[in-house]
Amino acid sequence: MLYKILIDPFVQMGAAPDLLVQAIWDGFVGGVLYALIALGFVLIYKASGVFNFAQGIMVVFAALALVGFHQMGVPAWIALFLALAVMLLLAISVERLVLRPLVNQPDIILLMATIGITYFLIGFGQLVFGGEPKRMITSELGIPKGAQDFDVFGGFVSLQNIDITAAVMAGIMVAALAWFFSKTRIGRALRAVADDHQAALSVGISLNQIWVIVWFAAGIVALATGIMWGARSDVSFALEIIALKALPVLILGGFTSIPGAIVGGLIIGIGEKIGEFYWGPLLGGGIESWLAYMIALVFLLFRPQGLFGDKIIERI
Amino acid sequence: MTAFVESRPMSAARPIEKGETLLSVDGVSLSFGGVRALTNVSFDIKKGEVRAIIGPNGAGKTSMLNVINGFYHPQQGTIAYKGQVRRRQKPYEAASQGIGRTFQNVALFKGMSTLDNIMAGRTLKMGVGLFWQLFRYGPALNEEIEHRKKVEEIIDFLEIQHIRKTPVGKLPYGLKKRVELGRALAMEPELLLLDEPMAGMNLEEKEDMSRFILDVREQFGTTIALIEHDIGVVMDLSDRIVVLEYGRKIADGSAEEVQNNQAVIDAYLGVAH
Repeated sequence: MLYKILIDPFVQMGAAPDLLVQAIWDGFVGGVLYALIALGFVLIYKASGVFNFAQGIMVVFAALALVGFHQMGVPAWIALFLALAVMLLLAISVERLVLRPLVNQPDIILLMATIGITYFLIGFGQLVFGGEPKRMITSELGIPKGAQDFDVFGGFVSLQNIDITAAVMAGIMVAALAWFFSKTRIGRALRAVADDHQAALSVGISLNQIWVIVWFAAGIVALATGIMWGARSDVSFALEIIALKALPVLILGGFTSIPGAIVGGLIIGIGEKIGEFYWGPLLGGGIESWLAYMIALVFLLFRPQGLFGDKIIERI
Repeated sequence: MTAFVESRPMSAARPIEKGETLLSVDGVSLSFGGVRALTNVSFDIKKGEVRAIIGPNGAGKTSMLNVINGFYHPQQGTIAYKGQVRRRQKPYEAASQGIGRTFQNVALFKGMSTLDNIMAGRTLKMGVGLFWQLFRYGPALNEEIEHRKKVEEIIDFLEIQHIRKTPVGKLPYGLKKRVELGRALAMEPELLLLDEPMAGMNLEEKEDMSRFILDVREQFGTTIALIEHDIGVVMDLSDRIVVLEYGRKIADGSAEEVQNNQAVIDAYLGVAH
């Protein structure tokens, strides 16, 4: 038994390195998507201290809006802009109707409010776009189909073009966000708000504006996630539960760290794929669905603030 | 979409000459539930002066600054800035009218460099919209360069060139206080509120800070309202002093008048009732 757990999987890895590379790649792509969802969480959590339960449904809603507009006969690229406009509208509404009236309320109230937003968006989305699963308009957006095969270690590894696009897009988006945060006035204001609300107010930064911008940024990330995830399966409300997959990523990476969200997403993505592939059969398979939470649990025991999170020291 | 990220224009109130009343506080009362922080406090701040607010711990000094800068809204009384009585005001509105401040427990943006902290102080002076900022090109880039110059001037003024790129979380306390002053100065405030700028400093640092405060007034014509516990510093720096105790004003006048005021002596030394 010990041999099967501790040695055999590594023997298999050594025997078929091409399979290992394939598993790592598949995990990597999944991890990129987890990282994107976690990124949406971190953006909002840093700027407003709100744990945004609605990030998952925002992914679905953004993707539905995109597909919905296209079904109404709008060309794909214009539908993309309209979907962005919908996310901006959502950000403004959330700030006006939810955050502003609830300012200075305890965190738990704001969390409840985002659960409220989740159910509102589910209902509203079904009303407007219908509840049936939809196909993502991948080819219309110019995302290539097919796969690339590479020779590795005498075997071959097959990379889906969609996955390559997803990874590249995610990389570009993260780089663009990082650049925007570090180089521009609004980015600086966002970081300022994340560090100290009072001081930010005192230099004339309007929290309300920043909240709109940060929810919009999370909306853009949600749309990108929706496109990528939708391209791999369908666009349906079932996608909403992927938000829960972001939880272990956040625990691993830390709730306040953007690099943490990325690294955490990749660790979880690759970890669960490899776990499923090599150790899954020992437990009858299907460990992918809970392994991430186990990893997170172990992390909570040893490093509760996450890999990159702020260490919270409280005076007693 | 650009409209709502545009910074607001400065208020249209008329310019105030040196020696005229810049801010007047009239009958202000503030309470939190049953706790009275301020009771019927009135005083004024004249353009160009250094006005100190002193008093024992818990006298309501910081509450007073928070009222002036819009963090708290008094239940009673009015505040007139540049002759205009203001309604419930948000902190960023106070900031856009030219009221800058520092905090008692240094409130800097810890993760950001000295440069970025002070640049953040220029938020209101910068107005290029989100569109250009997304690309950091054209107007947005010109604006960054122009304001960066201004920030370098402030950095030179405060003699903190050597920590320009250091994340402020890592700086020693005295320098943090100086960066915080720099951030407030970057707003080019007309009225600068300093909440215990010398708390926790050694003698040398206190002397430096005193010099900066006087230079700020000299060079930029900034009016300064100051809370400070070091009575020696207060007496040296300020033109006029307000003394608060238990949220009430007990004295108001020049350093000499305040020093000889019996109520002030009682408040500080205690008195047998």
